[in-house]
Amino acid sequence: MDNQSCVKIINEWDIVSARQLGRNVAKELGFGTVDQARITTAISELARNIFLYAGQGQICIEKMYESGKVGLRIISIDKGPGISDIRQVMEDGYSTSGGLGAGLPGVKRLMDEFMIDSNPGEGTDIQATKWLR
Amino acid sequence: MRIPILKLHDCLLVSIQWELDDQTALQFQEDLLKKIHDTSANGVVIDLTSIDFIDSFIAKVLGDVIEMSHLMGAKVVITGIQPAVAITLTELGIGLNNVLTALDLEKGLEKLQQELGE
Repeated sequence: MDNQSCVKIINEWDIVSARQLGRNVAKELGFGTVDQARITTAISELARNIFLYAGQGQICIEKMYESGKVGLRIISIDKGPGISDIRQVMEDGYSTSGGLGAGLPGVKRLMDEFMIDSNPGEGTDIQATKWLR
Repeated sequence: MRIPILKLHDCLLVSIQWELDDQTALQFQEDLLKKIHDTSANGVVIDLTSIDFIDSFIAKVLGDVIEMSHLMGAKVVITGIQPAVAITLTELGIGLNNVLTALDLEKGLEKLQQELGE
């Protein structure tokens, strides 16, 4: 698809590639520096979650054009262990990795729309969108 | 690539000039502690003027290295945090509490001198 580019996340260098892709698309769409930082940070958190918890997966960046609005959607897909209690991972401070626990609730705050779908044993699918104001 | 650490009198100066990957960040942690040990530095200024985003991993590495430096007896001041970085860090839920900060390198060095003078 023309409006979508993806980066496979297998090692920690791929986290850097995913961020760079996202930042470039954000710039191209006309997002300001603060929103570019929000988008780059959100991608970094999602890509790191894939690397830490699922081992591998992919991050796709999609340009959105909907009823006159322009936006950027981050799609994070993995076939990892999945999340059994989504409500728990959406709580601030929750972490199983000894990190800062800023992961998913932080990503939700950085973006305008956030959707998570996960089944234990099947993987996790997250979509987070930022609209150009 | 390694982050250069410069010595200025009894302080160390670090300017992070490019986007940090995990390995570089962890290597920096080790290098800074070793340099503090080798030079007996009392203070460190880490300048982030060129950094346009910080995620939770980089924030954790920075917070940890500040903590570790304190254990060794050196104070750390972070300078040059950009508006976009301050906004995203706070939205992400990361406060970097109890970390000394200053607007720029000059003010950072002043702050460090004050702290060390006490």
